[in-house]
Amino acid sequence: MTDYHPAEGTFPRSSEEIAARVKALEAILIEKGLISTDAIDYMSSVYENEVGPQLGAKVVARAWSDPEFKQRLLTDAVGTCRELGVGGLQGEEMKVLENTDTVNNIVVCTLCSCYPWPVLGLPPNWYKYPAYRARAARDPRGVMAEFGYTPGPDVEIRVWDSSAELRYWVLPQRPGGTDGFTEEQLAELVTRDSLIGVTAANAPVGN
Amino acid sequence: MDGIHDLGGRAGFGSVNPEPNEPVFHSKWERSVLTMSPALSIAGVLNIDQFRGEIETIPPHDYLMSLYYEHWLHAFEHCGLEAGILDTEELDRRTRYYLENPDMNPPVRSDPALVEIIRHVITQGAEYRRPTGKTPMYRVGDRVRIRPDASPDTHTRRAGYTRGCIGEVVAAHGAYVFPDANAVGDGEQPEHLYTLRFTADALWGSAADPTVVNHIDVFEPYMSPA
Repeated sequence: MTDYHPAEGTFPRSSEEIAARVKALEAILIEKGLISTDAIDYMSSVYENEVGPQLGAKVVARAWSDPEFKQRLLTDAVGTCRELGVGGLQGEEMKVLENTDTVNNIVVCTLCSCYPWPVLGLPPNWYKYPAYRARAARDPRGVMAEFGYTPGPDVEIRVWDSSAELRYWVLPQRPGGTDGFTEEQLAELVTRDSLIGVTAANAPVGN
Repeated sequence: MDGIHDLGGRAGFGSVNPEPNEPVFHSKWERSVLTMSPALSIAGVLNIDQFRGEIETIPPHDYLMSLYYEHWLHAFEHCGLEAGILDTEELDRRTRYYLENPDMNPPVRSDPALVEIIRHVITQGAEYRRPTGKTPMYRVGDRVRIRPDASPDTHTRRAGYTRGCIGEVVAAHGAYVFPDANAVGDGEQPEHLYTLRFTADALWGSAADPTVVNHIDVFEPYMSPA
């Protein structure tokens, strides 16, 4: 017989223990009519396949290509993202922060894991776990260096702690060597990490 | 709450260590836990502030040693118990069953109406802005101090690393659901929200990187004139 330990005070739990606990809770909620199998399949499918950083990349590529769109994005992120069909849960109020030669922005939620889901999807583990949450507010350059990114000493680093319901994200600088690129080509350079602000967007291949 | 979750500025956690090519979900159970969030909210079992507040009561060792979605699981269990829809004994008994029978799965249930509500929640989101008759106390440009007193034992978003520090109001957003009240069943009690800007030395001292500037969103009750 498998030993079972109560949930509290006995961490870390094995993956078997966690899975069993979740199944138990799910079974109870299903029987009470509060959740359903198709709802679980639907929601996890949305964040696995539909909503992710490719949406933020699409918005950035448009902003890089269309100066008036970019200005609208900086003043009304929610309305402007809706022009491209982007928006919703955990992005009801968004603020886009523009990176320039003299200002780089980086986003964190020190208290939990708040993150702009509609443009980035669900956050990666590194964003949600203690190391980033502790260090980003105090040593953003150190965090960026871990990602291989070292802005110059004359760049102001602005940290944004998403402590309320505003969801911040970064408009990275358009890389050099991208003149004439289509929006599709530009979007390919925009990584999730550049939208959080820990790195710059990718340079085009061959640069 | 002055809990372990209040991590801004804490030392000793080492490198960020991103996982290459990380999948959205690491296990099947994470998909269920994710969906329990809107499901329980829709059912009126919890609101987002109660949810966050419950996570903050996880004992420090457990908080740091558990997986992210285990925090959600903790909150759902505790909010469910408090709402009277869960029973610990039954939860334990059924957990034992699934541990002993790992090939068994929860019953399958189909609910297209719930799927549609969740679809709506995902695409429209929720709104936390609220009308208020209260005049904002502060304006852009004001210098303010974050109240230095210890946090209550309940949920707050007044991050420890800003306590007692002086910053500048850079944005005034209007009123929003006040987490401190909403988390403990005191209703929404909207309060004005501001974005504050702190120079690094104001937060971290004279040895701080002078090129760093911190911003954080702060509710009016957390502030006093500087």
